[in-house]
Amino acid sequence: MNFIEARKLVHEYIRRDEEDNVEGITTALDGVSLDVRQGEFVAILGHNGSGKSTLAKHFNVLLQASGGTLWVDGKDTQDGNYLWDIRQNAGMVFQNPDNQIIASVVEEDVAFGPENIGVPADEIWRRVEKSLQSVGMLSYREHSPNKLSGGQKQRVAIAGVMAMEPKCIVLDEPTAMLDPDGRREVLKAVEMLNREKHVTVIWITHYMEEVVGADKVYVMDHGKVVMQGSPREIFSQVDTLKSYRLDVPQITLLAHELRKAGMEIPAGILTRQELVEVLCRLY
Amino acid sequence: MSIILDKVSYVYSENTAYEKQALKNINLQIQDGEFIGIIGHTGSGKSTLIQHLNGLLQASFGGIYYNGRDIYEEDYDKKELRSKVGLVFQYPEHQLFETNIFEDVCFGPRNLGLSKKETELRAFSALRSVGLPESDWYQSPFELSGGEKRRAAIAGVLAMKPEVLILDEPTAGLDPQGRDEILDQVAAMHRELHMTILLVSHSMEDVARYVDRLLVMNQGEIMLDGTPREVFAHWRELEAVGLAAPQVTYVVQELRERGIPVNPAATTLEEAKTSVLEVFQNRKGKEFSNNKNSVK
Amino acid sequence: MLRDITIGQYYPSDSVIHRLDPRVKLMGTLVYILSLFFFQNGFGLAAVTLGLILLIKLSKVPFRYMTKGLKAIGVILAMTGLFNLFLTPGEPLVKFWIFKITQEGLKNAGFMVIRLTYLILGSSVLTLTTTPNQLTDGMEKSLKPLNKIGIPVHEIAMIMSIALRFIPILIEETDKIMKAQLARGADFESGNFIKRVKAMVPLLVPLFVSAFRRANDLAMAMEARCYHGGEGRTKMKPLKYQKKDGIGYLLIAGYFVLVLLLRILL
Repeated sequence: MNFIEARKLVHEYIRRDEEDNVEGITTALDGVSLDVRQGEFVAILGHNGSGKSTLAKHFNVLLQASGGTLWVDGKDTQDGNYLWDIRQNAGMVFQNPDNQIIASVVEEDVAFGPENIGVPADEIWRRVEKSLQSVGMLSYREHSPNKLSGGQKQRVAIAGVMAMEPKCIVLDEPTAMLDPDGRREVLKAVEMLNREKHVTVIWITHYMEEVVGADKVYVMDHGKVVMQGSPREIFSQVDTLKSYRLDVPQITLLAHELRKAGMEIPAGILTRQELVEVLCRLY
Repeated sequence: MSIILDKVSYVYSENTAYEKQALKNINLQIQDGEFIGIIGHTGSGKSTLIQHLNGLLQASFGGIYYNGRDIYEEDYDKKELRSKVGLVFQYPEHQLFETNIFEDVCFGPRNLGLSKKETELRAFSALRSVGLPESDWYQSPFELSGGEKRRAAIAGVLAMKPEVLILDEPTAGLDPQGRDEILDQVAAMHRELHMTILLVSHSMEDVARYVDRLLVMNQGEIMLDGTPREVFAHWRELEAVGLAAPQVTYVVQELRERGIPVNPAATTLEEAKTSVLEVFQNRKGKEFSNNKNSVK
Repeated sequence: MLRDITIGQYYPSDSVIHRLDPRVKLMGTLVYILSLFFFQNGFGLAAVTLGLILLIKLSKVPFRYMTKGLKAIGVILAMTGLFNLFLTPGEPLVKFWIFKITQEGLKNAGFMVIRLTYLILGSSVLTLTTTPNQLTDGMEKSLKPLNKIGIPVHEIAMIMSIALRFIPILIEETDKIMKAQLARGADFESGNFIKRVKAMVPLLVPLFVSAFRRANDLAMAMEARCYHGGEGRTKMKPLKYQKKDGIGYLLIAGYFVLVLLLRILL
């Protein structure tokens, strides 16, 4: 079953001058169609300004489309009656770890979502514990978020979403402001949620290394989906990716260069083990 | 011309619960015209170190000499030092405050008490050095993209005509192309303006590609200091402290372990590729087309 | 420097004071502050001091955390002390040039400095043992009747707790922007008043821009987590009085009566 179904989604930002006349229209999404199945790990790639963040905000109905349709969990996002239902089922994690933590104590922040949807106190306690556990932050439950590292803050934000027991988490460049350690720990936590709790994940990023393990990758440019497929299919098209202001992991690039030089290396090498194996076989 | 750090130590929040020794006995000499990369975990002391070089932080112990003069001497002009050692902080676009980019770039030279003409000339040349198109110069910072704002902010430091330029993670949050553009620009400044450059980075791949000398910091100390090749030869030690050598280093090492004699010193993509092709050429006697310009 | 301000900084621990209902602590703080301005003699001072020491011991917060707040108001303390010392009329003890110190002045100055010091110490016990969320919860619940006359109590409480959360972040940000501008040759310390005010522009503009950006992000994050005002909201830690809270109220009342009696009788 498709958890998310977007058909020809259009989003236009209209700029107006002081007299309310239309000054210009920017098309941030230009006919986007995509499907995300329940339980999948889907990555959306694109350079800054490609429309991927605008798209992410539609999944949680923080933005409404100017055209086209979007179903989330079988519900039409245009129908206002489903607003809170959709927001609870498609939780969202943003880029800046500081600007999404509301409370001054970790566990109280995780409780913020369940409190908003009227979960009774005992149940909130149970959920807070469970979600902090699931991202490995339980021992920090009474800490102040200000003393945590970037990666830990993002994991708290993820726990905050998990406490609403959503079917899907949308992460909008969750690692863009983190150091390599933080990036790794956040990705690992999310991959685990996907594998063990079967939460559908939509991971938006411009770091190519992070999407190697995804089930499906969409590449966006100028508000359109320009490529889609498995990581291997996507990364085998190095030159096309470069034309969309993206690059590929260094290993894939090395394999690609060797292949271009005339060696018999298959396209879309993703890991260094693969590359080493192939080279040893050729030797 | 040089910067010398002599047994520099720095303690944060002395005598409080958060007391932390951020720098431990740092000895370092930076020569004129070097292109140095500084790498290390968050909290390893990188940011603390670079803030000492232009006098924003004062060492708890030890001395710092700029061109032979002790910067902690009482009559040493700190403002002058800050203009000579330009520091670009992380996310520098957050410091833009003027109504347009050009005015903002003028802020530094104006603070140095330069004439209007000289100030504007410097602003022009700084904006040109960072490759910001002229159509952007009189725009409000809000009208520009993230990458453009970043470059404008770097120009704001360049306009002071520093002899040394320090950049703290200048590519954080930029997409791959934005990252390449900034780093290429910095390399060009090093080449053409003959500036000494210190580049703080988290990416081994980036520093391996650009710098001549690499400092690895760990827990307030300089753990390794040498050319990227020398430093990455210690990849096991890097691993041990949770840092990693560039991806290709591992491929090269694993190939060698499996009996393929590639060049163990290859640390960039270009070097690895050349070496692999060479080895296979010798073995198979087959010519490969090694087009050097295809890799960046 | 700026980071030393303790106000709004919670110190996690599991003391009896930590576990008290915030409403009790708010009431206690109110009574304590009143008592500081009631005592007039050594016995009153002794009672208040004893109360404070007991409070600090019970809270299990290291004493040096509380004195941090004092550093920030050191200048005000010194000024108040000096004014009282030199400007109180009465029997002169020491006289030199145009200054004279009177017995009353000495007493006034001493008591004033003690009052202010105790005020900071006592109220930092409240902020150090109560999370900002509990604090605002306490206020929200205590002030709930005001909702009937159209005061948006929930919204005010929410604004307060968010402000408390972002104060340390904005302080850190100020530090960062200040350094960045210093690196561009800015000068925040010299020149006359007008020059100094002007020098603040490169600091304040980026700070405001950043605060607005953060506010925008935060609003979106709250909305994404289904925030829609106070209606239908539950609490993870709903305020419920327990036996110890009753005892707390009794002790507060007892303390207040004691300080009052010491003033009236002695």
